[in-house]
Amino acid sequence: MSAQIILATANDGLAKLDNYIKAGGYQALRKVLTEKISPEAIIAEVKASGLRGRGGAGFPTGLKWSFMPRNYDGVKYLVCNSDEGEPGTCKDRDILRYNPHLLIEGMAIAAYTMGVKTGYNYVHGEIFEAYEVMEAACEEARKAGYLGKNILGLDFEFDLHNHMGYGAYVCGEETALLESIEGKKGQPRYKPPFPASFGLYGKPTTINNTETFASIPCIIREGGQKFADLGVPNSGGIKLFSISGHVNNPGNFELPMGTPFKKLLELAGGVRKGHKLKAVIPGGSSMPVLPAEIMMDVNLDYDSLQKAGSYLGSGAVIVMDDTTCMVKALERLSYFYYEESCGQCTPCREGTGWLYRIIHRIEHGEGKPEDLDLLLDLCNNIAGRTVCALGDAAAWPVQGMLKHFRKEFEYHIEHKRCLV
Amino acid sequence: MINIEIDGIKIQTQNGATVIEAAHQAGITIPHFCYHKKLSIAANCRMCLVQVEKAPKPLPACATPVAEGMKVFTHSEQAVKAQKGVMEFLLVNHPLDCPICDQGGECMLQDMSVGYGGGHSRYHEEKRVVLGKDLGSLVSAEEMSRCINCTRCVRFLQEVAGQMELGQAFRGEHAEVMSFVSGTVNSELSGNIIDLCPVGALTSKPFRYKARSWELSRRRSVSAHDSLGSSLAVHTKNNRVLRVTPIENDDINECWLSDKDRFAYEGLNSADRLTKPMIKKDGQWQEVPWQVALEFAANGLRHLANGAGAEQVGALATANSTLEELYLLQKLMRGVGSDNVDFRLRQSDFSADGKQQGNNPHPNLPPVGEGANVSSLAGGEPRQFLPWLGMSIADIGKADRLLIVGSFLRKDHPLLAARIRRAVRKGAQANIIHSADDDLLMQVENKAIVAPDALVETLTQVSKAVAAKQSEGIAGSLLGGERVVVLLGNFAQQHPQSAQLQALAQQIAAATNGKFGFLGEAANSVGGYLAQATPGAKGLNAASMLAAPRKAYLLLNVEAELDCANPQQAVAAMQAADLVIAMSAYKHRATEYADVLLPVAPFTETSGTFISSEGRVQSFKGAVKPLGEARPAWKVLRVLGNLLKVDGFEFDTSEAVRDEAIGGMDIPAKLNNASQAATQSSILSPQSSGLQRVSDVPIYATDAVVRRSAPLQATADAVTPQAWLHSDELKKLGVQAGEIVKVSQGQGSVMLLAAADDKLPKGVVRVATGHAATAALGAMFGTISVERA
Repeated sequence: MSAQIILATANDGLAKLDNYIKAGGYQALRKVLTEKISPEAIIAEVKASGLRGRGGAGFPTGLKWSFMPRNYDGVKYLVCNSDEGEPGTCKDRDILRYNPHLLIEGMAIAAYTMGVKTGYNYVHGEIFEAYEVMEAACEEARKAGYLGKNILGLDFEFDLHNHMGYGAYVCGEETALLESIEGKKGQPRYKPPFPASFGLYGKPTTINNTETFASIPCIIREGGQKFADLGVPNSGGIKLFSISGHVNNPGNFELPMGTPFKKLLELAGGVRKGHKLKAVIPGGSSMPVLPAEIMMDVNLDYDSLQKAGSYLGSGAVIVMDDTTCMVKALERLSYFYYEESCGQCTPCREGTGWLYRIIHRIEHGEGKPEDLDLLLDLCNNIAGRTVCALGDAAAWPVQGMLKHFRKEFEYHIEHKRCLV
Repeated sequence: MINIEIDGIKIQTQNGATVIEAAHQAGITIPHFCYHKKLSIAANCRMCLVQVEKAPKPLPACATPVAEGMKVFTHSEQAVKAQKGVMEFLLVNHPLDCPICDQGGECMLQDMSVGYGGGHSRYHEEKRVVLGKDLGSLVSAEEMSRCINCTRCVRFLQEVAGQMELGQAFRGEHAEVMSFVSGTVNSELSGNIIDLCPVGALTSKPFRYKARSWELSRRRSVSAHDSLGSSLAVHTKNNRVLRVTPIENDDINECWLSDKDRFAYEGLNSADRLTKPMIKKDGQWQEVPWQVALEFAANGLRHLANGAGAEQVGALATANSTLEELYLLQKLMRGVGSDNVDFRLRQSDFSADGKQQGNNPHPNLPPVGEGANVSSLAGGEPRQFLPWLGMSIADIGKADRLLIVGSFLRKDHPLLAARIRRAVRKGAQANIIHSADDDLLMQVENKAIVAPDALVETLTQVSKAVAAKQSEGIAGSLLGGERVVVLLGNFAQQHPQSAQLQALAQQIAAATNGKFGFLGEAANSVGGYLAQATPGAKGLNAASMLAAPRKAYLLLNVEAELDCANPQQAVAAMQAADLVIAMSAYKHRATEYADVLLPVAPFTETSGTFISSEGRVQSFKGAVKPLGEARPAWKVLRVLGNLLKVDGFEFDTSEAVRDEAIGGMDIPAKLNNASQAATQSSILSPQSSGLQRVSDVPIYATDAVVRRSAPLQATADAVTPQAWLHSDELKKLGVQAGEIVKVSQGQGSVMLLAAADDKLPKGVVRVATGHAATAALGAMFGTISVERA
């Protein structure tokens, strides 16, 4: 296995079909189709790989695939969630623009496994270039017989349509994404029913993240166990990490699951010169923040981060050094969730604005001592009370900040200025 | 069945029920806003969060299906904390302007905040302001800051009314409910969103600031404006009707009301109300005491009956008069020796009258020698043709295949249309045969839109196709069903070949094992028959009475130029008559031709009975006292009977009149859609040249009260009638849509705007009736000409 399985750069030229094939592309699809591997066997392989949803929730992919009704007569859909809107996350964008055929191959294998003929790839509204690369790649794949009818000359049909979003964060929530594809306002649906029984246009649908699909060809080629062994128990395989913030060399890195954070920080060139690491948000902006002392001992996998009090999320690592005002940082984060709440359900619609306004007041020297407990109480009234997880996403950063940096907030309230 | 436990109470409920439904069955209240039993589940307000055993977090009761052994706690610490948390969030951006809010006192948010809200607010930030919206003349959305975004209104318009006229735009805290590109809400069911709105965001525009809900008296009543018989509450204060709201009745109107029923009351106290009896003396109208007016009327009638003959007297009543009024009217007429009485004013084919199979002993037989005819002497009158729905209203909702012939369904029967719409959403197939193709806001499986003279032929073809077991088209659709319903609309009943249409529809229903019936036109379309307000074998029907003018007419609630099949002919007959006695709530154009005006009470000011199209007898009491000197028409008729010394007019109450009319009567046995084949009925000769008229009675032109309701007259449905033609016909005439054209029929012509509707069949022009702008024209069907003005 090469060092880089999913991550590519512009220099690799893999967006061109020829190059992708030269690099061993579409071998996994060919293997599945020519050897007529049974769907059960593929799902078993994916289960063995330990692959978990890379969009943030970390749901076991093999299990999700097994939920798709097998003997269903009607239309079924496969949807790729490329609506990468979580602040700090930019890994799927690189797959789309530098390695689009890997996604197509992964989706084709998934489609074969679940008996689906039509797929949609919902691309985030702000990455036009990635959408265009995907469109070109799909066209190439169609012409070369990797998409469309009789794929590879065999009795298998699958076509993939790219759908440009409009930039709403909430459309990254899978059911809001489905609504959006249907041409409606992107608002999450209440679940159950889950997409596997009532998905796109009310049909059974499987939705996976871009990186999840992109992991599939490797699993098929090399075997599930081998993929799993790259990582650690319960967090199989490799993962893309988008590191941003106060580091010298921000960007995407492909690393085995369980890699120590220290190693990632090193690869990213370390914290800016002359500054100390203060805190890290390890899994995208909605995950609770962790202070440096905890973070420097943490490995990047599902279990380790959960034990440390946060989550792996989408693998977006936001690094903050000692110049960061945590009140200001939280104000910025809360503003995001306030702006991106879809407005459908009460706690999120009304609560996110309230959170933001309180934090805004504190940042601007108008905080009151009782504000901090009020914030925590509001978070408890939002998290777990909403239709989708956006409510949780708005509450967790507040809870995390107040857990580890409460003193800084108190200082702000008392002195009406920053500690840093 | 599934066993669950809510708050320790063991409950058995259906599989697939939600927790909130199970709780409501058991009488347990779970606070909620967005949930409504007749709408889809949104689960967006989160007020109904409850604790469920083994669930890590509280779950919305409205969206959580029950499961065997489930234990639900609606008042546990976790549940109440969640509910209070949601209530706090709902209130942070709510203006809390209850003292000046029209919803105050009947507001779900206000009520619920008593139980779940805090004594003071922890929110000290700025509140959201949402600008008001103009949704039209019926629904006020002035104070959208009060909106809690439950989307009940959005879901109602989409799911029940059939068109998404409101939506939630923008995101998050900026989300607001608004209409599409600032349009008005034009649904004929729009008023229901006022009831649905749990807060004061959507209020009744006509009722705003008129009264507080606790100052109002509610009186139960029955809809007077269509044949459904909707249950409604008339709210009054200081002897004035201030609003009308639905009373839930799942068999009839569910929890809805059409805008017509809801806002018609605004016409009750119009400036046009006749409040004092008047007689015309030397061409001048004079207000006179009742005694004078009644004696004038009685003397006039007696004089004419004795002189020219009783058959020279005719009585016409509208079908929204009460049973008691209609009964006394016919009794009075028969008492003076005339059988000329009818309430079917817009009907033109009466050939089904007296052609029915079987005999019924006629109750209240007129004395031998005066009104009896051969058949009554031979053991009773022929069993009356008594067109009715042919099924219950609920049956219509259960149909899986429908054929609707000749109906402006949505506008003529708004709530029935909603019921059919729901059936269609659940998979039923609706098939339409009609002369116009208005959007029914539902999927129509097959439709045949043909000129009026081709309706019979079209229905004949369907009947043949059904007999031949054809698998396609309307026949195929009907044959594929298990619960087929064939309905004849108002247009079909007004059609000159209505008896033939009826015979064919009956055949089709029989061949598909279906049910067959008539969508009644007005509140007493069935009651009028049961009141015997029909001419019988000897008298003249509504059309004949006008075609062969009488010397005297007794009009009950009739506006001749608006309520009759042929306004031109009707007005001419009135003008030629020696004596016209108009019993009316309004001064209308009767002042031009009547000799005496007797002010009678509209339905809110009298007790009475309506018998709905499904044969349901519903009596009601007056909600307020009659305005001015107006009196209930049954009392006026009673006194006229006394003055004319007709026997059997000693009634003290309307109930006594009702009991004489239908007491002890087996009404279901009387309802009778079956008739002997009526193939010999009049034939509408196909038109070789010229245009045929297609006319509807616009939804807000159906009766006198509705015509005077200013808010209804300001809606999009009440625009002045236009001359609608297929654009090919417009081209032939050399007319552009939007130009004024001269539309002529008989001796009359009117100037109307020409408009294009390419869904109309060719060779027709659609010109509404029932409206002053077209009152100079002739019959609702037949030849009509259009030329450049």
